[in-house]
Amino acid sequence: MPGVNSNGVDEDAVIGEVLSRHQSDPTRLMQILREVQERIDWLSPDTLTKVAEGTRLPRGRVEGVAGFYHFFHTEPLGRYRMLWSDNITDRMAGNADLMARMCKKLWLKPGRVSEDGLVSVDTTSCTGLGDQGPALLVNYRPVTRMTPERVDRIVELIRHKTPVAEWPAEFFKVEDNIRRKDALLGADFQPGDALKALKSPQEVLDAVKESGLRGRGGAGFSTGQKWEFCRAAVGTGAHPAHYVVCNADEGEPGTFKDRVLLSSYADMVFEGMTVSGYVIGARKGFVYLRGEYRYLLEPLNAVLEKRRAAKLLGKSILGRTGFDFDIEIHLGAGAYVCGEETALLESLEGKRGVPRKRPPFPVTSGYLGQPTAVNNVETLASAALIAAKGATWYKSIGTPKSAGTKILSISGDCERPGIYEYPYGVKVSQVLADCGAHDTQACQIAGASGLCVAPNEFGRRIAFEDIPTGGSFMVFDNTRDMFQVARNFAHFFVHESCGFCTPCRVGTTLLANAMDKIDGGHGGEYDINDIWRVIRTLKTASHCGLGQTAGNCVADTLQKFRPSYELRLNVRDFEPAFDLDKALSKMREVTGRDDPGAHFHIAHRKSRAGIGTKAGDPA
Amino acid sequence: MSDPKTFFLDEEEIPFEEGQTIIQAALSAGKFIPHLCYHPEFKPHGSCKLCTVRIDSRTVTTEDGQSVKIPGRAAASCTTPAQEGQHVESEVPEILDLRRTLVQMLLVEGNHYCPSCEKSGKCMLQGLAYDLGVMDPHFPQYFSKREVDASHPDILLDFNRCILCELCVRASAEVDKKNVFALSGRGNTKHLICNSESGKLGDTNMAATDKAADVCPVGVILHKRHGFEVPYGQRRFDIAPISDNPVQYAPVKEQV
Amino acid sequence: MNAPLPKRKLKVATTSLAGCFGCHMSFLDIDERILDLVELVEFDRSPITDIKHCSPDCDIGIIEGGVCNAENVHVLHEFRKNCKILIAMGACAINGGLPAQRNSLDIRDILAAVYAQPGRGVHIPNDPEIPLLLNEVHPLHEVVRIDYFLPGCPPSGDAIWKFLTDLLAGRTPTLGHGLIHYD
Repeated sequence: MPGVNSNGVDEDAVIGEVLSRHQSDPTRLMQILREVQERIDWLSPDTLTKVAEGTRLPRGRVEGVAGFYHFFHTEPLGRYRMLWSDNITDRMAGNADLMARMCKKLWLKPGRVSEDGLVSVDTTSCTGLGDQGPALLVNYRPVTRMTPERVDRIVELIRHKTPVAEWPAEFFKVEDNIRRKDALLGADFQPGDALKALKSPQEVLDAVKESGLRGRGGAGFSTGQKWEFCRAAVGTGAHPAHYVVCNADEGEPGTFKDRVLLSSYADMVFEGMTVSGYVIGARKGFVYLRGEYRYLLEPLNAVLEKRRAAKLLGKSILGRTGFDFDIEIHLGAGAYVCGEETALLESLEGKRGVPRKRPPFPVTSGYLGQPTAVNNVETLASAALIAAKGATWYKSIGTPKSAGTKILSISGDCERPGIYEYPYGVKVSQVLADCGAHDTQACQIAGASGLCVAPNEFGRRIAFEDIPTGGSFMVFDNTRDMFQVARNFAHFFVHESCGFCTPCRVGTTLLANAMDKIDGGHGGEYDINDIWRVIRTLKTASHCGLGQTAGNCVADTLQKFRPSYELRLNVRDFEPAFDLDKALSKMREVTGRDDPGAHFHIAHRKSRAGIGTKAGDPA
Repeated sequence: MSDPKTFFLDEEEIPFEEGQTIIQAALSAGKFIPHLCYHPEFKPHGSCKLCTVRIDSRTVTTEDGQSVKIPGRAAASCTTPAQEGQHVESEVPEILDLRRTLVQMLLVEGNHYCPSCEKSGKCMLQGLAYDLGVMDPHFPQYFSKREVDASHPDILLDFNRCILCELCVRASAEVDKKNVFALSGRGNTKHLICNSESGKLGDTNMAATDKAADVCPVGVILHKRHGFEVPYGQRRFDIAPISDNPVQYAPVKEQV
Repeated sequence: MNAPLPKRKLKVATTSLAGCFGCHMSFLDIDERILDLVELVEFDRSPITDIKHCSPDCDIGIIEGGVCNAENVHVLHEFRKNCKILIAMGACAINGGLPAQRNSLDIRDILAAVYAQPGRGVHIPNDPEIPLLLNEVHPLHEVVRIDYFLPGCPPSGDAIWKFLTDLLAGRTPTLGHGLIHYD
């Protein structure tokens, strides 16, 4: 029967059903593609054509979107798609060996599909489970705390073709690991507390401004000001409107506090969005939830249903005529760049997640060109708290320039990784003591794009005026090699660059290649000079923050941990990035020659075994 | 009528109209700023970054009497609105060096073999590289493996030379209303695609008379049966450097 | 004031690797200026002199062509070791040029196609005298450090003259409009 695939699923019927559920709305392309893929395993050329016809989009646009996001695949990748989280903290917890074990047992190479088309194994960027890694995603659902035993059991389940839904529930257990609560996590807050306390929109806006609340995503823009600009902006066109967007695309390596907020404090986040909608005059809000948190979709929708039933969402909230607001959850599909707010908006509109040019800013021209307030999950939860408990109380916490608290996601070399909430102004050394870190040689604060802090700086403070952070806090003890930390991050940016602008598209690759060359023992001062040149170009010319900060960690470690590079610089002058002797391998193969003339007798240092480009790569 | 608004480009006063970008005002005033993805007929998007300039650098005097230059912000001049009194640096060593690096990045990313390219002598990437004095690609070549698409009766696509400026994407969408071209992949896998299930240009509704057929600044979109028609020595950049004709930059309509 | 240059003649070595000798031919297009040149330089290893190896005290090495086989690598290393300044001359030396267009194919497939004899299988020439091909063709600067680049396919005699006179006078060579060409 035409249209019915090998698993007995009628593909045409699935596509038709998904399209009609989304009214064939082209702005919902991301959701359409995800739902179709969840049902029929992959997005074939034929499927893309049908989706394009259904949404009346040019086919190239649909293919372009499918090709942009890591979690969409336009090739069959097996009934079981295994993606190992490949952040440096997963590496430190031994993910490379575990992944190699899995590949060996399944008789396949990383990145390839097994011959029977059953399973594929690959890596993905940080999945937001740094406190309970090594982690992997199976069909985009997280499995935590991987061990050799767990690998073996999963291999058995795959071999027996056990549906993922029937796998042991303990595999999928994600802990909150909240270790320190302060004003937000420790608040006595009941759903509706903020909404019941609402005065006029202007008064609420004044309170948010008065509180000193600044964006928790890392940039630290004043939330009150953002809302004020957005409230003052006028919607345009046939469907003028204002929108609230919650940025839950928590992609910065080492960050997982939004995961916890959405798991256990969703009411507070949704209430913050509702307060924001009330202030700016929006009737609709979106949560842009990263694809890695797909497993939170149903629980979050259940919370939304409860809130609707309790009149905390929907028409005439708490009986106030004209106070209408509802929330919808939009899932991302594996793209770190969508944490950048304008890329997020593009993605929300069903497009490739490429950052827009600014101006105009989202507050005047955001989602569908309408005024839009984009705020971080934690910012919105804090706003709910301020609306409920008042600005004066909130302002009394933290420092004069950084009001309130900050939630840190702590991972790496410490006894108690997890979630720590502190008033702003806490010293790095205090944080390290609390999480049980010993012999610490460095902290990477604010993720791969953030700041690498050496011990002589541990007296510095977490605050907008000193070390601002979105919440990532990775600890490295004296046994770690900071060069490899930087190399991991350099590869992360190669994976995550959107490719829009020249400096980032090419520069991130050149930087990672130079780091690999040094790692392979072929590097010298020549290559260090090249690295600086690439970093300068990235910083000066890149289109968005991703490219501008992509060289930060290499620059920081080159300055603060220079010996970790110098000890690898085997070359005084210059050596090729590739192995000259290996460059004759194919001719040795076809001629069968192995005489001295078929080799280069140059004292080449063997590439050291170590962390490969990807976990599971042969050393 | 009040005096026209002006800004300063490398200390030279440039008039501009409200709403003009820096590059628009500069080109109108006969001042060249290098660019590849900018084209006066299309909405600027600022991806190639060749037109990067520095805006409003300051010089401060320190306590011990030394002058220290604090660099202003860097921005793509094709997407940055001109503002009254702004000081823009373009032809300064730091920015020229940056542009050379960007050209070198493009040269190693694709497979640019000028001697065998039909566009040689009138290729914008080549013209800019000459003007900037780029003598070598510096970085290791990617040697990317890319296909050639000869499926269309009148047009050949050689993806080896694509610099991902998206001019053809914009021309086909905005002028031709056909959406023949789009982009897929991302980062270093980003690539140009055609709007057909086979992926072939021959299966799209592209016509040789389309705007998109004549907008490619490099040698990707080529008219079949038309190549090497102008002798060496008489081609566009043999005759004059690219910077000599700033306002005529827009890729010239080919004789078809 | 220009820095005083050494009175002695500078030793120049030249060679063609994976090139077509077109750059060397173009070198000869400096015509009668070669008489001025030999006042300033003496040729060491070069097709012009037929000297087989570089003297250890060469000042300038000029190399045409990219690196496509094992012998190219050995020659390039010899030049780098013996020359103070190394110049990559021409498109092939600078980005691999025409020979590098084979890089989009696997060398094994190319040889199999080239040396296939109908009905008699594939016979790839295999003699220790024949240098093995590299998996890919590389520009010079990917194999050794290169100090200067002189683009063109070939660079014109005028470009070569301008480049060399700059260099011999101790100036960083620049070409400018009309002389800088990639084809």
